[in-house]
Amino acid sequence: MRDVYVAGIGITTFTRLEFALSEIASYASMMALKDAGITEVDQVYVANMGAPRVNHQTALASAVVDSLSLTPAGAAAIENGPASGGSAIKAGFQAVASGMDDVVLVAGVERMREVNGLEATDFIATLTHPIAEYIYGVTLPAHAAMFTRLYMDKYGVTERHLAMVGVKNQNAALKNEWAHLQQGISLEGILDSPEAMTNNPYVAEPLRFFDACPVSDGGAAIILVSEEKAKEFGRPLIKLSGVGQATDTHSVHEREEPTDLLAVRKAAGDAFAMAGLTPQDVDVAELHDAFTILEIAESEEVGFFPKGEGHIALEKGETALGGKIPINVGGGLKGRGHPVGATGVAQAWEIVTQLRGDGGERQVEGASVGFTCNFGGFGNNVVCLTFEKEA
Amino acid sequence: MSVDLEKILRPTPADMAPYEPKYMLLASGEAAVVRAVDRDEIPDLLKHVEPLLHVERDYYDVVASRVYAELLSHYQYRFQDQYVLAVQVDGELAAIVNGRQVTPNLGLSLHTLALRRGLRIGAHAFAAKMEYHFDALGHDEVLIVAESPIGFRRWMIEYKLEKRFEVPHELGGVPSWALTRELFDAARSSLVVGRRPVPPEILDKAKEAILPPSDPPTPALDPLSATRSKYDPTATALMVERWAMEEGIQDA
Repeated sequence: MRDVYVAGIGITTFTRLEFALSEIASYASMMALKDAGITEVDQVYVANMGAPRVNHQTALASAVVDSLSLTPAGAAAIENGPASGGSAIKAGFQAVASGMDDVVLVAGVERMREVNGLEATDFIATLTHPIAEYIYGVTLPAHAAMFTRLYMDKYGVTERHLAMVGVKNQNAALKNEWAHLQQGISLEGILDSPEAMTNNPYVAEPLRFFDACPVSDGGAAIILVSEEKAKEFGRPLIKLSGVGQATDTHSVHEREEPTDLLAVRKAAGDAFAMAGLTPQDVDVAELHDAFTILEIAESEEVGFFPKGEGHIALEKGETALGGKIPINVGGGLKGRGHPVGATGVAQAWEIVTQLRGDGGERQVEGASVGFTCNFGGFGNNVVCLTFEKEA
Repeated sequence: MSVDLEKILRPTPADMAPYEPKYMLLASGEAAVVRAVDRDEIPDLLKHVEPLLHVERDYYDVVASRVYAELLSHYQYRFQDQYVLAVQVDGELAAIVNGRQVTPNLGLSLHTLALRRGLRIGAHAFAAKMEYHFDALGHDEVLIVAESPIGFRRWMIEYKLEKRFEVPHELGGVPSWALTRELFDAARSSLVVGRRPVPPEILDKAKEAILPPSDPPTPALDPLSATRSKYDPTATALMVERWAMEEGIQDA
């Protein structure tokens, strides 16, 4: 298997974007191509979850290739729920590592604000089990709320811990010009003041408004190349050193212990094993905080902290910028936004930005190993990646 | 014999109770002050409203045009019994709400214009003016309409307004909705916030100057956005549908 490197990255602002879906993907891709200084690729993968349903568009990869004049490159769209981005990067990795392709463009895109909030929630809920969950009205906020309640009972996580994650990540987004949420929040404003219950009402108890990520539009792109190609670019070599993917039962109630995210555990373990790294080697991480509880739970499952102690590390500031293992310094899904198909690629974009030392105000000093966890379904399809900066 | 035409043209104001200022903490932790705006402060508001006339998204252009006309005519004594409240954060203008008294028992809501988006600033401002109608002016109900889907969700849906479709609203003659005292009391605990009195340093800062909003709504980059905003990104249609179903169930 050949080594795989990142040659270029691109992103759009995550917000409400009033452009066609393929234009959003193309814009991010164009930035990545410009970043890499190339105009030709062998293969394009476009990660997306909802184009046929939400945007009435199919064959998205063909549209992107044509829009960017990248024909006759191979092109395919990859739909794998919220893990579509990570899955597309994995496909790009396989294409380069196998020797089949030398240059692969991976784009992720979603335009969810074209429909109203209820329709967007329903569209995301289609990833649940059709017979055991969806028909009973289970949505992702409902899943996350039940999971949170169990986690609180078992490990002593409180609403304050959840709010701390929300404040940390939404305020981190203020240092990321591409992030969706550009309004800071405070514990006093969302938890401790007489106005807090109105400012931050329950959406699915015990989860409140500021415990959930926003519904966003946006695109991100990354270009993967072989080692030979990478050396032509003359910039810091960022290696995609580990890839892990794992699944769990489709319906959450079938899991022996619902608070264990076994797919996260296995995907992370596989990625670390492939890279020859341990969780303790990681300098900066992007975890899939679609709901605040997920950052805490994933930080344990990937091995940064012992099970049940993620919230204690949070209290100590270990997951903040300047802490032991800074998590979601670009805002995470909570602050940057969560255009589902783009998220896994945007996580990689942030890590590569950090490893290049281009993080600006949010830069993790001396970061040389980065990690992403792209969490699909409710933990039933997870992709984890490790990135390393080479001298 | 000379005639003082101005005297004839000016409305005779009703005796309206003053609005007692209040403040609340936003989700950001910033203190927002809600206070009545004096007539001589209206030109300051006009300066900050004018740019929004050109923001063709979410009906900002329609609402700002009407607010501008209402404020100007209030300033020039051509509006009957209008009041104007401003929301300020650290002196910056964050929202304007206005309305008027129709009779001693009936209020009429004119507009809610958020010059800073997010953090429920518009929602807090609307709640404050309804509080003024019921608690200070003693109205039994307030007639309301919405020009944007966002407004419809915030007022008609969140407060569960009653239909008064037989009464054309003064804003465009469209059918009215009504917030009754009973409905308002039911919403108080979840939607109405604020503390009194306002600490002097916060109130003084607000009165010192009405500063322009530092991050006001801006025109859309894409000229089609004005059209697209009519697609209703706020779930109004579905919520109304559900509401109608619930009513049908109750009626049955």
